[in-house]
Amino acid sequence: MSETVQTGASIAGATGIASGLGDQGAKEVAAIIAVALFVIGGAEVLLRLFEVPQFILPTPSAIAGVFFSREIPTICEHYAYTMIELLAGYAIGASIGLVLAAVITQFPFVEKVITPYILLLVTTPMLALVPLLILNFGFGFTPRIIAVALASGPMVMINAATGFRRVDTMKIALARSCGASTLQTFTKIRIPMAMPMVIVGLMIGAIFGMITAVGAEMSGGGFGLGSRLTTYSSTLRMPEFFACIAILAVTGITIYAFFFWLGKRLAGWES
Amino acid sequence: MQRIKGKALNIRGATKTYRTQSGEVLALKDVDLTVRPGEFISVVGPSGCGKTTLLWSVAGLHKLTSGAIALGEEWITGPHPSIGMMFQEANLLPWRTIRKNIELPFEVRGHRPDTARIDMFLQRVGLGGFGDKMPRELSGGMQQRASIVRALASDPTVLLMDEPFGALDAFTRDEMNKLVEEIWLESRKTVILITHSIAEAVFLADKVYIMSARPGQIARVVDIPFARPRPLELMETREFFELVNMIKHDIQHQPPARPAVATA
Repeated sequence: MSETVQTGASIAGATGIASGLGDQGAKEVAAIIAVALFVIGGAEVLLRLFEVPQFILPTPSAIAGVFFSREIPTICEHYAYTMIELLAGYAIGASIGLVLAAVITQFPFVEKVITPYILLLVTTPMLALVPLLILNFGFGFTPRIIAVALASGPMVMINAATGFRRVDTMKIALARSCGASTLQTFTKIRIPMAMPMVIVGLMIGAIFGMITAVGAEMSGGGFGLGSRLTTYSSTLRMPEFFACIAILAVTGITIYAFFFWLGKRLAGWES
Repeated sequence: MQRIKGKALNIRGATKTYRTQSGEVLALKDVDLTVRPGEFISVVGPSGCGKTTLLWSVAGLHKLTSGAIALGEEWITGPHPSIGMMFQEANLLPWRTIRKNIELPFEVRGHRPDTARIDMFLQRVGLGGFGDKMPRELSGGMQQRASIVRALASDPTVLLMDEPFGALDAFTRDEMNKLVEEIWLESRKTVILITHSIAEAVFLADKVYIMSARPGQIARVVDIPFARPRPLELMETREFFELVNMIKHDIQHQPPARPAVATA
């Protein structure tokens, strides 16, 4: 499916597949695949018909060809670096974001004081900070992991905080009337109530993290899929360039589909 | 099952003031009330008369400004394991199955749920086989049945009911009232029922306490003479009707006059 994702239309189609997996019929999946094939086939035909040069816009078949070329081990290696940065940065950012959200929402005053800084972090494009981070931490993994953590953490936090702020007095009273401690009220009432928003936050955070990882790689360091994008575009190797884009798009869709599934499992009660 | 166990519930001088932006509001003033073991009482009164505040204080969810509540020899200063509570609407946790909802009180206290008793109760209220359903799959009446089971599963001696059937349609409400009376006759809990429906209060209770608003005080106590078990047809009798009207009249003409919101 990797080569299907080069136009906006087929991204939407693939997202449809992801969200339809659970409850929609095979008929719809078939229709989605048919549309995707039509879009890709159409692109192939049009690009060949108008003889568009490969270095401007490569045909889908040329992009697919990259996945069977000798370039693929290199691409895979760099993709692995990107994933390491994403996983490490996201693990740090998301855990700090979750804990902060859970804690500060219990103290409205602290929340008022901290929120402006979180908003500042959310609205600042972390990519702008990458050159500064490189200056301080060199060209290794460190500045990228920090950038990913800074991009994903506040996104997770701000959404999770919205979830933890939902107070249902009656449900909390219920737990307390059974003798629940503050901690039990938290684990048995507040966390499940926050879960839908927590998952939304985790998803947005992961996607922002991926974008930031790739962007940071484009700013220098010479490794990671982002650096490949820079190399391929500057050497006009467009099929390889688009193959990398396709890999990233599929990664993004996988992240989305995973959290969609997780949301159904953990927060399906709120449809 | 006709054993009347448990202890009298005593409320003495219960006073509660709330601090609001426009100053202090006296929600309850010197409320004295005794519920004998196994007695069923209802509390009615205009909106904002403090009846819910009173009930939540007995549940240990509110702290009184002054006065005290005791169950037998024991002061009530917080939630008490012998006191079960039913809330407005069913108040089930939507992310838990019916069974998991019922097990919540056990879980919180670190006890193993009494599965046999829960199953028996589910059968008793007509929810046999619904234990693994999610709350949203059940009708409002069925959800309230589950919430009765949750309140009673850990076998408390006192049951507090905070306008539990307000959101149900009239037919379901009658059905629930009948069920509550039956269960009460079987188990003889000490019950305090807060309700907006005077008919419900009269139908279920041994005594109806009428409260006045601001400050919330007990204005009058009415003994309900009807023999038990009470058939639903009781509600169509002249005696029942007159009693309900008298109470309604009482609520509407309390000094100081407040717009009465109570409806039958």
